[in-house]
Amino acid sequence: MNFPAELKYTKDHEWLKAIDETTALVGITDFAQSELGDLVFINLPQEGDEVTADESFCDVESVKAVSDVMSPCTGVIAEVNTELEDEPQLLNEDPYGAWIAKVKDISAYGELMTADEYEALVQK
Amino acid sequence: MGTYVPHTEVQKQAMLAAIGVDAVEELFAAVPREMLVDSLDLPEGLSELSVRQKVTAMAAKNRVYPTVLRGAGAYRHFIPAVVKSIVSREELVTAYTPYQAEISQGILQSIFEYQTMICALTGMEVSNASVYDGGTAAAEALAMCRDRKRNRAYVSACADPQVIETMRTYCFGSGMELELIPEKDGRTDLSAVSLGADAACVYIAQPNYYGNIEDARAIGEAAHAAGAKYIMGCNPIALAVMETPAACGADIAVGEAQPLGLDIAFGGPYLGYMAATKAMFRKLPGRIVGQTHDVDGNIGYVLTLTAREQHIRREKASSNICSNQALCAFTAGVYMTAMGADGLAQAAKLSMSKAHYFAGELEKIGLPRVHTGEYFHEFVTKCADPKKVLKALDDNGILGGLPVKDGILWCVTEVVTREELDRAVAIIKEVC
Amino acid sequence: MKLIFEKGAPGQHLSLMPPCDVPEVELSHPRRSPLDLPHVSETELTRHYTALAKRVHGVNDGFYPLGSCTMKYNPKINEDMAALPGFSQIHPLQPEETVQGCLEVLHEAGKLLGEITGMDAMTFQPAAGAHGEFTGLLLIKAYHVHRGDTARTKIIVPDSAHGTNPASAVMAGFTVVNIPSSPDGCVDVEALRGAVGPDTAGLMLTNPNTVGIFDKNILEITRIVHEAGGLCYYDGANLNAVMGVVRPGDMGFDVIHLNLHKTFSTPHGGGGPGSGAVGCKDFLRCFLPGPVVKKDEAGYHLVKPEHSIGRVKDFYGNFTVVVKALTYILTLGREGIPDAAKNAVLNANYMMKRLGEKYAMAYAGPCMHEFVMTLQDLKDETGCSAMDIAKGLLDHGIHPPTMYFPLIVHEALMVEPTETESQETMDEVCEVFLSLWDLAHTNPQALHDAPTKTPVRRLDEVGAARNPVLRYTKE
Repeated sequence: MNFPAELKYTKDHEWLKAIDETTALVGITDFAQSELGDLVFINLPQEGDEVTADESFCDVESVKAVSDVMSPCTGVIAEVNTELEDEPQLLNEDPYGAWIAKVKDISAYGELMTADEYEALVQK
Repeated sequence: MGTYVPHTEVQKQAMLAAIGVDAVEELFAAVPREMLVDSLDLPEGLSELSVRQKVTAMAAKNRVYPTVLRGAGAYRHFIPAVVKSIVSREELVTAYTPYQAEISQGILQSIFEYQTMICALTGMEVSNASVYDGGTAAAEALAMCRDRKRNRAYVSACADPQVIETMRTYCFGSGMELELIPEKDGRTDLSAVSLGADAACVYIAQPNYYGNIEDARAIGEAAHAAGAKYIMGCNPIALAVMETPAACGADIAVGEAQPLGLDIAFGGPYLGYMAATKAMFRKLPGRIVGQTHDVDGNIGYVLTLTAREQHIRREKASSNICSNQALCAFTAGVYMTAMGADGLAQAAKLSMSKAHYFAGELEKIGLPRVHTGEYFHEFVTKCADPKKVLKALDDNGILGGLPVKDGILWCVTEVVTREELDRAVAIIKEVC
Repeated sequence: MKLIFEKGAPGQHLSLMPPCDVPEVELSHPRRSPLDLPHVSETELTRHYTALAKRVHGVNDGFYPLGSCTMKYNPKINEDMAALPGFSQIHPLQPEETVQGCLEVLHEAGKLLGEITGMDAMTFQPAAGAHGEFTGLLLIKAYHVHRGDTARTKIIVPDSAHGTNPASAVMAGFTVVNIPSSPDGCVDVEALRGAVGPDTAGLMLTNPNTVGIFDKNILEITRIVHEAGGLCYYDGANLNAVMGVVRPGDMGFDVIHLNLHKTFSTPHGGGGPGSGAVGCKDFLRCFLPGPVVKKDEAGYHLVKPEHSIGRVKDFYGNFTVVVKALTYILTLGREGIPDAAKNAVLNANYMMKRLGEKYAMAYAGPCMHEFVMTLQDLKDETGCSAMDIAKGLLDHGIHPPTMYFPLIVHEALMVEPTETESQETMDEVCEVFLSLWDLAHTNPQALHDAPTKTPVRRLDEVGAARNPVLRYTKE
């Protein structure tokens, strides 16, 4: 399982990649996608949505389950990865490439972990 | 008493012994003693013969009219013999929802075919597997259009009053606002309302409750101009000859599909159909069947997109529907296959032509239409004394039209012959 | 197997309609797009649907222990009665005096079901269980609103509940408070006590619950909710275990729904139509959806209750389903109703005992009319999941139990034999279950590969959801 060092992680298995001080990409981790199984749809947020750290901002569907994706930060959705609408499998195939949303105007972060800390968490 | 329990006393004792108890009552030990029922105030059980006699006697207290000139949401159409023969197959009648796809391909494929036929009829891109009836289909359609900013549904006052009432009840639950668009000359008068920024949708019935054909394209354009979705509730038989909801710009097409091979049966079971554009299909409530392959590459069918539904999404589901009207949808599929495109169009044309003939004859004897403009197989005539007219028809085995605000709402379908219509006219002439 | 659209040829048709005997009329804006419906002969049509029917497993095709769905035998007399022209050919808007028989059916069925459940009034308008839940919750809402008690916005639902419960609550405008179950699968009474308050509108509960256990604390549970000012809603999905033995009305419930297509033997039609009759105590009667049937010296009448929530459906519900249920109740009668429940419980315990030889039970017995097995250990040991065992059953002509429900049990299989199955059948089925358990240990791959004898094998559900093909289109 892959834990890129340049990313930050949440206990709910999302990752955050800082672009600058108030902008970041967010997605779900390799561990998350393997636990969820084959994903078949993502309910993407909309541009302009306000998101809050540790609160759900979209959900992903497998055949038999739906799971909330929690936001790692508080801010505003600047852009969503519309490619995932037609190809949700990218979340399984390339979880760190398949970013879900770009968040701007970030004013706060949830509790974030380093790659090592996150790896230790999921290996428990 | 009658029973469907197969056990002999010996078998029961053997099973109790295997379980390790002396009596069945011990298995109910968790039930507080004081709550146990001593004896129910129910009649003694009956043999099959006695039940048959008792229930048949109830049916005999109802009057079956040889001639029916009443519609208003329930339509007596011709049902080909093959339809009843096929849909009474016990595998289809007794199966549960097709959760186990490998042994449910018959039901799943039939629903896939039904979905295809509903799409063909409406011109829409996606159909669900059915909902309870036309009223609940319309109510569910309103909910599909609601979002954070748009919470008001504009509903034509010319829709079936029962459908409007069902929508209102659903809105009482959800908190959605419902505003009626007034009627003018038996049609929807959209100019009487202004669609605000909170307009979620506009709903009209086509043909409407009075049988009149609405200017559906124009209403759709106005709805879209206000940023609202457009829902059309259409009679499925009329769709064989009428412009499709898709052609009129509808985002969602719904309706009561009872005319497609289902008995009038004192109001049910009937069939609600729902179809939508591709842009909205994920908001459709209820089951949807999709085509796929098995591990050997054979084509097969499954319930799909299930993560929208209540059993997975629970309180986040947009609808709670679980059981639907599958056997009724199957019936509609067999009916549409039996009729074919030409047969369905012929049923529509016969109904419409006979209705127009009847309206013409009624006008000659002093019962002119209340509204102007085009209509399908229902129409409202003036009538000075509806009671008297309906009583005279009733005495002759004819169920006349339904008394409404301005007169009588008549309906003629293909099963009514010209002779029956002439006879009805003669009877009415006697009393008017 | 080909789709109906791929059969026949343009021009093939049945001979059904006479020529028009009046002047023909056309619409000024007629349909322009072609109508692509099938075009087949009557022979082809009949063969197609017969072939489809053969690819369906009905109650008479074999054992059908689908937990929570009560797949009992569907008596044929019920079908005969529902098909009587005196019911099937009645227009729902006929004059009242010409439909006295239909109204009698509704009135009698309401009276008898009221007695069975301990309720004072009944409506048959809801078309299915979920529709009944929605209706019942609106009664609760109307009751609070009518009293001016508008702060009551929350419905409490145990985590073991059917998904329809929370979904219905939201449709009725409530927010859902989920409470955990205690280790024995019943309501955690302390958690409930902590959850109730001035914002509690009501509690939704199934009893026996979804793990097949009768909640012995039921009187305390309903008292806690009532003392907090809320009402108690009974989900009748599992009434088959207790009908005639104990009544929801006596447990403290104020409003209930019944699934006539489960408990009262009406067939499910491959997914519907059902009937979700709703019963309530007297104080909620005035809120029922209208119209309801009232009887006086002159006969039966349709009336709208004073503070009715309004219609939830056109006309009077799935009427002929009620005819079937009434036929069943009249057949079983005073002794037959509790006898059916007791035998349903007997059968479930018998199977639980026999399968317990090898399978792990999620909760210790005795159970009520159904029981839940957990196959987590089996999966850990052999790699064979609940799904694999289920698919193995298919090759033996047995419909699998309900899988992966309730959500609080891992690798769950929920078995409900019903009272209409014989000891002989259950013995045969138990042998199959036990042999599959052995097979999981000796040849797990065989179970991963199952089924192999069905018309199709395991289907690609992921592909179906990722690339939805939801109707036939010509190449």
